[in-house]
Amino acid sequence: MLFFLEATISGLTAGVMYALVALGFVLIFKASGVFNFAQGVMALFAGLTLVGFMDEFGMPVWLALISTVGVMIGLAWLIERLVLRKLVNQEHIILFMATLGLTYVLEGMGDILWGSDVKLLDIGLPQGASDWLLDGYGLYVEKLEVVAAVTGGVLVVILAIFFQKTRIGRALRAVADDHQAALSVGINLHTIWVIVWSVAGVVALVAGIMWGTKSGIQFSLSLIALKALPVLMLGGFTSIPGAIIGGLIIGVGEKWAEIYIGPMVGGAIENWFAYMLALLFLLFRPQGLFGEKIIERV
Amino acid sequence: MFYREAGQFKTSYAADQGLLPIVQDRWFVVGLLLVAFIVVPFIGNDYWFNALLTPFLIYAMAAIGLNILTGYCGQLSLGTGGFMAVGAYATYKLMTAFPELNLIVVMVLSGGITAAVGVLFGIPSLRIKGFYLAVATLAAQFFIIWLFNKVPWFFNYNASGQITAPPSEMFGIQITGAEANPAITYLFTLSVVTVFALTAKNLVRSRAGRSWMAIRDMDIAAEIIGIRPLMTKLTAFAISSFYIGIAGALLFAIWLGSAEVTEAFGIDKSFLVLFMIIIGGLGSIMGSFLGAAFMMLLPIFLKNLFVDGLGFGTGFAEHVQITLMGVLIIFFLIVEPHGLARLWQIGKEKLRLWPFPY
Repeated sequence: MLFFLEATISGLTAGVMYALVALGFVLIFKASGVFNFAQGVMALFAGLTLVGFMDEFGMPVWLALISTVGVMIGLAWLIERLVLRKLVNQEHIILFMATLGLTYVLEGMGDILWGSDVKLLDIGLPQGASDWLLDGYGLYVEKLEVVAAVTGGVLVVILAIFFQKTRIGRALRAVADDHQAALSVGINLHTIWVIVWSVAGVVALVAGIMWGTKSGIQFSLSLIALKALPVLMLGGFTSIPGAIIGGLIIGVGEKWAEIYIGPMVGGAIENWFAYMLALLFLLFRPQGLFGEKIIERV
Repeated sequence: MFYREAGQFKTSYAADQGLLPIVQDRWFVVGLLLVAFIVVPFIGNDYWFNALLTPFLIYAMAAIGLNILTGYCGQLSLGTGGFMAVGAYATYKLMTAFPELNLIVVMVLSGGITAAVGVLFGIPSLRIKGFYLAVATLAAQFFIIWLFNKVPWFFNYNASGQITAPPSEMFGIQITGAEANPAITYLFTLSVVTVFALTAKNLVRSRAGRSWMAIRDMDIAAEIIGIRPLMTKLTAFAISSFYIGIAGALLFAIWLGSAEVTEAFGIDKSFLVLFMIIIGGLGSIMGSFLGAAFMMLLPIFLKNLFVDGLGFGTGFAEHVQITLMGVLIIFFLIVEPHGLARLWQIGKEKLRLWPFPY
């Protein structure tokens, strides 16, 4: 029973980590309909930049963080300027391909600028097992995962408020509904895109910090994008709470599957289990759990 | 001046509906095929065949397959690598289980098996659309790769986990195996690809092809005018997978000779083929060839430029190359989102008027 509880908690916390990456996807998809495959590499790039600032320039943590946020905003501006602006009004698949190209660019640039070796990231986040839970209840829970869970929760609340209550949030939703209509009521599409990509960049930075502290900054970090995709399918591409709930379901489902089904079929099923789970969900709700219902007219 | 169709009159429906209605096009294609079949095998060397021409043809085959599904039927798929693996492993199992079976028969059967698998994974396409479907096809990709990696029956319980094509002959000439002549394997691949490319070209002009395009352009409207969406989508999945399966079979049996599933058919192969059809042109058979050529030649060109030309270290050159690939892909999408096939079409329009601008 204790083992089951431990597996569940570790699944839940892993799910929050997936959800952090999925959040960035949702933001960009919500505000521009772009399926941003580069989100995982953005997390890698942000992590690399942070480590680079700290190790090579000897910056203190707070300054490195601020500088990295600056870099991600600059990146968002560049992406809008050089890529999105030129591809306005193209089909979704073309924009998706452009983000695939962006994936290569960021991956290559990160390696050129900061080197391709595995780097340790330590910005003072608590690590190791939580003593209180271990001593009191015999539960092994990583402190870092608790921090990640809390951060994820806080991010969702902030983003939800940002989207629902602020002027910019309203503009973002307007752009998501209809680009042209938003333009015609005086919303500046380019600014909106820069803002959204910046926010996605900051979310990527948070994801990069969490994953990087856990397992070091390395290329495999960009592959969590592939883990975030089933989370998105499950939660719906347009729903911020969906990303979190989807992440939790995938995280727990994956853990249980690996422990209880894995040994029967030879293990290492976490690669595809999440996708199959999401696929099953989709057969009943094609737009994901919290996605907007697609109304089709001729 | 040279490319002008004035005076070429059609006097029958058959002539009007011909595959290449313009005489110049006909001569160009016939000439190209003659050169590819007769001249190239004699002037080419082993490097050309092994590193350029054979893989180009194989990837063009895979690109045609994906183009049928994505370009013509509008169903975005990221499972290409997995379906190629199905073709390769089906070929391996058939070749080792029935050694006397003709290679062509083996390949067609493997294509059939891949088509069946493709249909299986295509079933959700009726309910799931767009990017949701694309991510769903990733499920196929990961599941298939995992299956071939974990279940020893698929690689005949050998220790390395690799599959190796046993030598096989056709008309007394060896085609697969280590001793096969590169020129011969090139000719074999070329014949297969030519036959299937012509079939595909005709297929997309047929009733089936027009149904696919109707579904792609607006599926609900197509349904209203009497096209059955499930049947149409599933035939697209079947035929597309058939082509991709044969491409996988060729890749494994003819070109590589032996393969390891995660390395040869990973997710990056799915993206590579997707790049090919987007750069080449969605919904164009010729675009599949152009895209395959572009994506095959570009890395070789960049590698030569950076390592041999500018003298960078291989590690650094690789990073620069990855970055540049990304930049070029984005650049290309900005300049011509409809791909190389569209550029070719524009070129032909210009040639038709040349030397006058209007």
